[in-house]
Amino acid sequence: MKYARIIHDGKTQNAVERDGQLLLEDARLVAFDAVTWLPPLNPTHHPRTILALGLNYADHAKELAFKAPEEPLVFLKTEGTLNGHRQFTRRPDGVEFMHYECELTVIVGREARRVTRGDAYDFIAGYTVANDYAVRDYLENWYRPNLRVKNRDGATPIGPWFVEASDVPDPMALALQTTVNGKVTQSGNTRDMIFDVPFLIEYFSSFMTLRPGDLILTGTPDGVVDCRPGDVVVTEIEALGALVNTIQ
Amino acid sequence: MSFLAMGNVYGTLMNFRGEHDALGAAMNAPPYKAPPRAPVLYVKPANTWSADGAEIALPAGVPEVEVGAALGMVLKAPGDIAGYVLFTDLSLPQTSYYRPPVKSNCLDGFLGVGRSILRAEDNADAWQVDVTVSINGEVRRVVSFAHLVRSPAQLLADVSEFMTLKAGDVLLLGCDADRPRAKAGDRIELSGPGLGTLANTLVAEAA
Repeated sequence: MKYARIIHDGKTQNAVERDGQLLLEDARLVAFDAVTWLPPLNPTHHPRTILALGLNYADHAKELAFKAPEEPLVFLKTEGTLNGHRQFTRRPDGVEFMHYECELTVIVGREARRVTRGDAYDFIAGYTVANDYAVRDYLENWYRPNLRVKNRDGATPIGPWFVEASDVPDPMALALQTTVNGKVTQSGNTRDMIFDVPFLIEYFSSFMTLRPGDLILTGTPDGVVDCRPGDVVVTEIEALGALVNTIQ
Repeated sequence: MSFLAMGNVYGTLMNFRGEHDALGAAMNAPPYKAPPRAPVLYVKPANTWSADGAEIALPAGVPEVEVGAALGMVLKAPGDIAGYVLFTDLSLPQTSYYRPPVKSNCLDGFLGVGRSILRAEDNADAWQVDVTVSINGEVRRVVSFAHLVRSPAQLLADVSEFMTLKAGDVLLLGCDADRPRAKAGDRIELSGPGLGTLANTLVAEAA
């Protein structure tokens, strides 16, 4: 099943995808464009932990002139940077290079502490798509990538769907693609990750407890380009859906 | 403060002149190549939070930790400071500040959270206090928050330029250089005028 979290007639609720429409809690069917899309996540008691990977595809690492890391390059994000499907992300005035990053995103389903990679999939509730925008002008070599680059308000669209793990038999073989104004600018496959999803669950849970609702954004492949105000950026992952965002 | 009311917690590196002095010319050398321009931030996620009085487990293979003594600015609304709370910000000893400090800073329990809030309403300069760090009853460090690079108001303004802090969010003003180290069995206590005390004991994690 594919779940969305939406606002319809002023009411925030979860909805289910049904034959190209949204099935609301009161059993009404509405069109995708009749709602405001939120991140497809239930609220958490405490702030959710959002882990994100850098340089986790061999080709992207090469593109950015780094050698592939020996252990995951990870940074943290916070909820305020998340944004829904079909929403807008602001490009700061006067910057030269702001790019999307299409990323397979893992939603943790069970508390995970010292999980081995063989058991890792048991701790995953589902998957979604994130577009982890970066404003490279603001990169500094202190805790890089720094929050000003990667944790800007509304600069991480996520969705449209929460797709249950049981509907994604092999998350390590999914095609990814990004288009800007309809033109394909990025394509890859999750099989090319340097550190795959089971490894990441084992790695993070070796030193910190993951909780239900926590997220892992698993990095992006080759092919990032600058995006300008008005550009429509669609980050899409096979079996998960196409996440639409417009730069403003 | 109550965990129930607490939002995201952000730490700030290099907000003490002492940290700049400690690195000196190294700030201009690789990998940094220049002193930081924007505030240098990190996140202390919810798994790191420890209540006052709680034991904090050190995993096997972690002989000691650095004890950062921080004042945390607590927001009551975006741009509006409710007051200040003591935080014990633990990390594995850091030798580089080039990459985000996740594996060193985000271990379970690695942020002690004080109970008392020093309200900012009556005194805009309430943050200019000395915080005393004692380990096993011995004073090991006195951190003077008069020596910040960015005042709380300036720090909040610079962070808010790209990221909105909401009610309950916490922005640590910084931990000065020369952080004392502590090991399993040690009792760490922070105290400051109007801030009460914050005590946590480090224990070896059960295998």
